[in-house]
Formats: sequence, structure tokens, C-alpha cells
Amino acid sequence: MSDSTPHGSHVPAEGPAVGQDEWVARHAEQRFMPGGPLGALEDRIRRVPWWAWLILFLAAASTLPVFEHSGYVRYVAFSTVLYMLLALGLNVVVGWGGLLDLGYVAFYGIGAYAYAMLDSDKFGIHLPTIVSVPLVVAIGAIGGFLLGLPSRRLTGDYLAIVTLFFLQLFQTITTNGDAAFGHNLTGGPNGILNVDPFHLGKHDLVVQHEGIFAVSYFYVALAVFAVVFVALRFVNQSRTGRAWRSQREDPLAAEAMGMPVNWLKLLSFSFGAAVAALTGTLFAAQSASVFPLTFYFVLLIIVYTMVILGGSGSQAGVVAGAVIVSPLLELLRDPGKSRVIFFLALVGGLLLMSRRSRALGIVAIVTLAFGFAVHEILGAIDKSWIAGEHQGGFAGVTDHWVVAPAHMARWIAPTSYIGLIAAVLLVTMVRGRLRLALLVPTVYLTAFVWENVMLAKPEPARYIVLGVILIALMILRPNGLLGERRVEIV
Amino acid sequence: MAILDINGVSLSFGGLKVVDGLDLHVNEGEIVSVIGPNGAGKTTLFNLITGIYRPDEGDITLDDQSIVGLQPHVISQRGVSRTFQTLRLFLNMSVKENVMAAAYGHTRAGVFRSMLRTPGMRREEREIERLAQERLAFFGKRLMGYRWDQPAYSLSYANRRRLEIARATATNPRILLLDEPAAGMNPSETHEITELIGELRTEGGYTILVIEHDMHVVEGISDRVVALDHGVKIAEGSFDAVATNAKVVEAYLGLQTAATK
Repeated sequence: MSDSTPHGSHVPAEGPAVGQDEWVARHAEQRFMPGGPLGALEDRIRRVPWWAWLILFLAAASTLPVFEHSGYVRYVAFSTVLYMLLALGLNVVVGWGGLLDLGYVAFYGIGAYAYAMLDSDKFGIHLPTIVSVPLVVAIGAIGGFLLGLPSRRLTGDYLAIVTLFFLQLFQTITTNGDAAFGHNLTGGPNGILNVDPFHLGKHDLVVQHEGIFAVSYFYVALAVFAVVFVALRFVNQSRTGRAWRSQREDPLAAEAMGMPVNWLKLLSFSFGAAVAALTGTLFAAQSASVFPLTFYFVLLIIVYTMVILGGSGSQAGVVAGAVIVSPLLELLRDPGKSRVIFFLALVGGLLLMSRRSRALGIVAIVTLAFGFAVHEILGAIDKSWIAGEHQGGFAGVTDHWVVAPAHMARWIAPTSYIGLIAAVLLVTMVRGRLRLALLVPTVYLTAFVWENVMLAKPEPARYIVLGVILIALMILRPNGLLGERRVEIV
Repeated sequence: MAILDINGVSLSFGGLKVVDGLDLHVNEGEIVSVIGPNGAGKTTLFNLITGIYRPDEGDITLDDQSIVGLQPHVISQRGVSRTFQTLRLFLNMSVKENVMAAAYGHTRAGVFRSMLRTPGMRREEREIERLAQERLAFFGKRLMGYRWDQPAYSLSYANRRRLEIARATATNPRILLLDEPAAGMNPSETHEITELIGELRTEGGYTILVIEHDMHVVEGISDRVVALDHGVKIAEGSFDAVATNAKVVEAYLGLQTAATK
């Protein structure tokens, strides 16, 4: 090859220290890593091995009952651990297997029902826990395998429909199982009652101790979680785990590289189902009863929310998703606490965005002034417009800011709600100064709807809040909180 | 001795005969190139050999055993591996994992042993890792060091092609099917690939069947060249014989041009 420089070879004495590819890679790394002490800290955190995080998390979680004596809080902690387990199981199917399984909670139900049938007065069987739980896990695994058999050639939407049908089938069978060929198998809508707690020999693991939730179930669930977490992690780091993820990325290439794709899909279904069934035994033993409607769409959506929010494919991510969503849903039940969450989120959101543009900071201040002004003006016109009262966090501040009529006329709720949707749509459609100007009344209207419409009905409101959080997160971090950056394969 | 033998294989998609009564054999240690214009049926031929399509007629044997009707992963485990013309890497997995995943067919640790991390499983895991390092080291410094733990999507185009070859060799194949290994590469990379294919035979000991459009590459590597057009074999022999064959020139350039030349 001839030299491209005009005056012969005049290569600088010190050539580039690194090759071009390497330079690009290093540059990319620098961009991701902030410099200074913060960057050093982040680098340190990244180097902490996964098991250290797990031990830290378990240690922190197990001290919770020491500080918190309320049976309610302990129960919420217990159910959070169940959600963590469910999210871990779903992560195998969705995150690693890449299979959109909408029948997942049916296996949770199968586990709970199977345990209830094997350990209750229903059929008079009382197997020791050490026998019944492994049996139920096996039933779940086989169930997952059987659901996988007809679905193994399906992908994407088609698989979703078939598995969703399976969930409906589970519902139909358990709801009508009180008259299956003349036998009462499932107790129908009334479910199965008086399910045994976990027991070994003559010793019961009691659910309630002096009328409040006994913390032993929390520890049992935490131990099960630790075992499942480690076991799944080990599988993921084996040839099976690599093959799962390979067929998720490209089934044809995986097949051509010697991986039996159909078998791997069945295996992934089976693993997810087994974890769900195991979680079901914990649920049934603790709640002492099972009903069909526990295992339905709402639960399915909640578990999916946790997996997506945390970062599908990352174990730590889906656990974080469960730890965030499960207590959040509980907090949102209480209007006072949900008001705190709402206004913190509103202010936090505006602050975060104002970091990007100063104009938004101004919008926040104007909105604040706008609110006080509207409140004063309406109050001057008619006292009853601001006479409405709300209790709970921040009420002192919001009472002077948000208009709250003493008597909600029938038309106010739907009008303001529809008006809010229209305002949000309008804001997304216009640009520039007009958008900023429109933001002021829109934010205020949001607060109005929240105070006067949503708080009156906390049950749907908390799911709406969950939906809004999901939308916001999907815009900010499409791969979830702890999810790895992913590229789409076309 | 023929390691791969294709006898009178035909395949139609509806009324279109994509491969028509094709005979082809590849001997142990040979490098055979398949050339032909677009739509000649070259990639279809690879899909037939690897079991993605099943031939309507004819037989394909590997070491005198028919592999027709076997599932692709079984054929891969018997010793046929391939790369793809349109790269099909496991993009969201690390470079090393891409290669390690391909060891699935010749490793044995089951899920329960993996869950318990038994000594045997861990030993096998170390072997897989060593195999991956060895296969990646085949490309010199290109896929070494810090790149191992980076996701495959972060690789440049040329490195992705190299990684595909490394992955294909990790299945421990006897015969390697390379589908346009030099496509989209610049002249110096093309030159490198030409040398590499030679090394794959001499150092790796693979028998190679390669589809290639770049005639410099074909000339540089082939023991024998097979030309396809409309699913029919129109010429076979040494590069010089095939390249000057009237039918091949016609297939590439059209009858008019061939006549005026």
C-alpha cells in the first residue's frame, strides 16, 4: 500500500496510544460515567458483587419487624415478599425466555389451590408441609410444561392470547368446580376455607400471634425468596440460561447453533410456573383460604407492572419493582398519604424537568401564584367554593391553594375530569410559549381533579396513579429502573 | 471422501422452483465456494442443509447418514454450523456469552445441576469459557480483552461478522457454512477475511462451504467453485474454469452483454 501523505512517510513519532475501535469504546464509557467523586462512587457501586447486594438486602429486610410492631405493616412486608417471588418467576418467562405469558397468575392460583386441597379439611388430607410444598411445586412445573406444549410454536400476540385464555380457563374451572361431575372439588366462588398453616409434625407455624400477624411467615417467605433468587441466578448463568436468552434474541440463530428452542421454551414456562406455584403455597398457608378471584387480571397487571418498571430481565430490577409498587399501592389506599405522594410527585416532576429548561421553573412559580390567586378570587365571590375540607398530609398548604367546593355539584367531577384529559392532549399538541402558558392551568386542574375527584374514590385512583408512573418511567427509562440498555432486533 | 453429499435436491415455494435437482458434494478438508447472481438459490441451499427447509425431493447426507427431516439443532449437533448473510447475533448478550451459548449442543449440565452448581457443572462451565476465549482469540486482538463483556450490539459491523464466525465454530462443527463472510467489508477487511478462511481450514481443521460475491475472495480461497443460477448448477470446477464459463458469464452479465464482449 502506498503512503497517503504527500511528502513520503511522515508518521508522528508517537502514534495513537490506542486503536480507533478502542478509542470509540473508551469514549462511550466516559460518556456513561460521570467524572469526579460521584463517578468514582458509581464505579465502586458497580463493582459490588450481586451476592453482597442480596445479603445486604436480606439483612435490611429482616430487621424490619424489629422496628415495626404493627401487624398491618408486617403483613404488607410479607405480601411484598410474595410479589418479589412472583416477579422473579415472571422474569424467567418474560425477561429471559422472551415469552409474553398472560396466564402467569393462574399458576399462582394452581399452587394455592393445590396446597389448599392437600392441606385442609376439604378432602380431609393434611400432608406435612415438607411433602406438600415440593409436590405443589412439581404440579406447577408440570402445569407450566403442559400449557407450553400447545403454545411452544406460538410467539408474541398469539402466545399472549392463548395464555390469557388459560387464565380464563382457570377462573372458569375454579368458579364452577363446586359441581364438577357431581363432586365439589374447588368450592366454587366460596373457595376453600380453613387451609392449614405450614406445619411439621404437631407444630404449626401460626399465622396470628395474640391477634396480630405473626412475623414467622415473613421470615419463611424471605428465606424462600433468597433460595429462589440464588437458584434462578445460577440457572441464568448456566448453559440453560444462556440458551434461554439466545432464543429470546433470535430463535432461528439459536436453533442453528444447536439449541433446542421448543424445549427451552417449555423449560422456561415450567420454571416460571413452579416459582408461581411455590408462592401460591405461601399465600394459601398464610391466608388460610383461597378464592378464584384473587388470581385474576388485577394481580396479573400488578406483577407485570413490577417486572416492567424494575427492568425485565434483571433480577435485582424486578425485585426493586416489587419493593416499590407493592407498598406504594398500600400507601395510596390512605387519602392523606396518597396526597403527600401526589404532591411530592408533582413538585418533583416539575423540578426535574426545570433542570432541563429554566422556563419550566418559571411555570412552577407561576402555577403556585395562579393557584393562590384563583383560590382567593373564588373565595371572595362565594365562600362555599373553598369551604371543602380534606384531612391528611399537606392539607394545611393545599387548603389555601386548591379550590375545594363544600358541595360538589353533580356536573363538576365529570367535567373537570374530561377537561383535564382535553387539557393534557392540548398541551402535547401545541409548541413553544403556548405550551408553557397552557401548562399552568393544566397543572392546577390536575391538582383540582386529584383533590376533589380522585381522593373521593381511592380505589380506582391508585391504579390511575400507577398507570401515570408507568407512562412517565417508560418515557424516562424505557428499560426499567435497573434494566440493561437493550436494542430491538428487527 | 465426501463429508457432505447433496443428491438431486429440489425445493419449490409455490410454483417457483428455488432449487432444482441439485447435486453437490464437499470433501473432507475442502473449501468449496458457491457463487451465483441474486436469487440463484444459494442461501436456500444453506437453509436446506441446516434443516430450516425440508427438500421436496432428493437426499442430503452427512458422513453417509441422511440428515433430511432432522431438526436444525440436531443437524448442528451432528457437526454442521453456519453464519448468516444478514447477521443474526444475540445482540443483547455479551460477546463472550454469544460464543458460550453455542456450546449448548455438546455440553451436558442440566438445570438441577446448574441450580446446585455441582463441581462437575462448574468444571464444564470453565471449559465452555476456555472454549469461548480460544475461539475469540482466533481473531487476534479484534475480539479480545475489554470487548468480551460488552454487549454484541456495541461491536462494529466487521467485528459482528467475525463474532458470527467465532460463534459458529463454538458448536465444534466439522463443516462450516459461511454465508457471504465478506459482505459489506472494506478492501483491507476483505483481505483479512480471505486469509482467515484459509486459517480456519489449516488451524481449525474445518471443511468449509462458502457463499461469496467478492470474486477476489472466491479466487483466493476456493479449491472448487460451484455456480448456481435459478436453482440449477450451471458450472463446477476450478475458479478459472468457472469464471470463464460462458453460462456463468451469461448468468451474471446477461446474454446481450456476453455476446458483445
